[in-house]
Amino acid sequence: MERQAALLLLADGRLPAGGYAHSGGLEPAVTAGRVADMAGLEKFLIGRAETAGLIASAFAAAACARAAADDLSDLETLAVELDARTPSPELRKVSRDLGRQLRRAMSSIHPHPLFAALGDAPHQPIVMGVAAAVLGLGPRDAALAILHENNSGAAASAAKLMRVDPFDVHAILARMTTRLDALAGQAAVAAEGAPGDLPSPGAPLSDIAAEHHRRRDVRLFAS
Amino acid sequence: MHDETPTAPQTRALRLGVAGPVGTGKSSVIATICRHLRDDFALGVITNDIYTDEDARFLKSEGVLPEERIRAVETGSCPHTAIRDDVTMNLMAVEDMERDFASLDIVLVESGGDNLTATFSPALVDAQLFVLDVAGGGDVARKGGPGISGADLLVINKIDLGPHVDVDVEQMVADAEKARDGGPVLALSRKHPDTVEKLCDWVREMHKTYAGGGHIPVDPGPMAPHHHAHDDGHTHSHD
Amino acid sequence: MYDSSRHNPAHGPIGAMSARAVLSSELGPKGSSRIGTLRSDGSLVLRKSNPKGPEPLARRRPDVARVALAAGTAGPLGGDDYALDILVGAGSTLVLQEVSAMLVLPGLGGAGSHMAISVTVEAGATFVWLAEPIIAAHRCNHRHDVRIALAPDARMFLREEMLLGRHGEAAGDFASRLRITRGGAALYDQQIDFGPASDGWGGAAVLGQNRAVGSVIAVDPDWTDAVPAALPYDETAALTPLAGPGVAIGAVAPDSLSLRRLLIRGVNELAPPWAT
Repeated sequence: MERQAALLLLADGRLPAGGYAHSGGLEPAVTAGRVADMAGLEKFLIGRAETAGLIASAFAAAACARAAADDLSDLETLAVELDARTPSPELRKVSRDLGRQLRRAMSSIHPHPLFAALGDAPHQPIVMGVAAAVLGLGPRDAALAILHENNSGAAASAAKLMRVDPFDVHAILARMTTRLDALAGQAAVAAEGAPGDLPSPGAPLSDIAAEHHRRRDVRLFAS
Repeated sequence: MHDETPTAPQTRALRLGVAGPVGTGKSSVIATICRHLRDDFALGVITNDIYTDEDARFLKSEGVLPEERIRAVETGSCPHTAIRDDVTMNLMAVEDMERDFASLDIVLVESGGDNLTATFSPALVDAQLFVLDVAGGGDVARKGGPGISGADLLVINKIDLGPHVDVDVEQMVADAEKARDGGPVLALSRKHPDTVEKLCDWVREMHKTYAGGGHIPVDPGPMAPHHHAHDDGHTHSHD
Repeated sequence: MYDSSRHNPAHGPIGAMSARAVLSSELGPKGSSRIGTLRSDGSLVLRKSNPKGPEPLARRRPDVARVALAAGTAGPLGGDDYALDILVGAGSTLVLQEVSAMLVLPGLGGAGSHMAISVTVEAGATFVWLAEPIIAAHRCNHRHDVRIALAPDARMFLREEMLLGRHGEAAGDFASRLRITRGGAALYDQQIDFGPASDGWGGAAVLGQNRAVGSVIAVDPDWTDAVPAALPYDETAALTPLAGPGVAIGAVAPDSLSLRRLLIRGVNELAPPWAT
């Protein structure tokens, strides 16, 4: 708990790493009529946190543990495992685009040689894990940072996509805090295992919707 | 995909931003620059759109550059964020393009149409144009704002429309010059070749100064407090 | 994620069965595939079979080994522990069919049931698995675990379908993981969780209001340089190229029949020998 401010820095949606251009799949879900009200939004966010969120946080925690031990030898294995958990090529690309942007931003904000060792297009959770380690944070912090950033980013996009009362949106986020804490704990435990045993909860509608979204002529968000 | 360490790429083009409100002709100004300078300079264009990649499609359809040299960045309906608060996406798009088509002389970055307060961060561009048009009203230049007062060049576009929208172009230019403390203002129309040539000259000169190391990027500044002077003489200010 | 401690059990004594069936195919001297081992156990009944319906890759050829898996009893029921080990020997082609849908039921006492299926597909071999739906009946508590290890030049086609309860009933607790590796590296790894002990699956990010979820995975070493392009061919179905030489066709639907139709449409977007 010594590095709480660093955790807030990393999880802040205002970290200039391009996250604001993404809705975390909310836009296609709204477009398809699957999310139409606050109850639907809350279910959407919970489903996302329990699937893609848990995967991202487990991989962030795993990358953080490796970076903290200064051993990045199996980062490529982590990347392959994360690809295998992401059937949609669009979502694999989004993850790598956001990873490149986070790495680009962190390389300027808090330079460290580990950032350059992450290959051409590292996944966002991997970069988040390494960034957490570089800031002196642990695996559970890395997990929590990416869970919070992804969750609040998707929630924030609701204001541009739906008729919402922003207080209601944040009420959902407040109700989800206990869940995110629990998921981060789960992720940190899972990260101690082999890469192949990291959790892999799928989200079929997210994969399908992401592919539709890429092909739409008009969209507000990149994903 | 490639590495994007923050060190300057080996080939570093002049990064020229084009900002301005919706509909003033930013894409058209970029198309004009490309059409007239593509034989003299190696060019690339990054567009920023609010919805999807419309501007990139327009430029590609104009055929002013090979399609692969025009790339779109999607800004999540926050065009001002993408050029100022969080430039990472644009910066990487520019760096990628410089690397993919090395060596480029100029990369033009078109902002998504926003309002009078949106200007580029010097972290993203070396110099910037701000584009107004006469159809937006003759008093816009007088209103000022960071783009109008602080951009490296203010373009007043579509001057051929002046008589049709009851705008005195000379007065608008004079107002703009006043708002800019004498900084350069260019009255432009695609239909007036001499004005197009002036635009191209400005770009040539900027590139020359930049390449010679003589140009220092200046931030036009954030949204500034401004005042409204009403006809009744009442004045208030706010920020 | 599925949390077994939250499963709400029925009450009563436990009566459990365990079964371990083994199946293998091999390439015979004349170039035909033949069954090597065929060992049924308990409820897992394996029988030689004949072509049944359209067959991707095998196309009703007489020289492939065909086996049908039938359930000898109802279930699995809570407490049951089933295992099926499959080896598709080098160069051989094995088609595994299923006789009927698998109805997963609660046991007396609420203990969890588990089924582990392990498949090894050796060099140059082809594995075609036309599974029938798994139905997670109300109050069931089942973990399904499928691990497939492919040689780098192996081919595979598999279909998996899961139904959230029988008609008109709420789904029981269910977690199914399908993990496919190729040359030891992960190619596809997805777990589907639903039921009262899991959260979020009814949201629009996961399954929404749908009662059926399924996928088809096709792997072909010939796709190493050019995987088929992504194609979202229905509002609730998409064909997606994997990061390796494979595609996943994923779909959700209100019921079993519409899910099967969506998956067939997806398969038909692939060229022969996949499309049938």
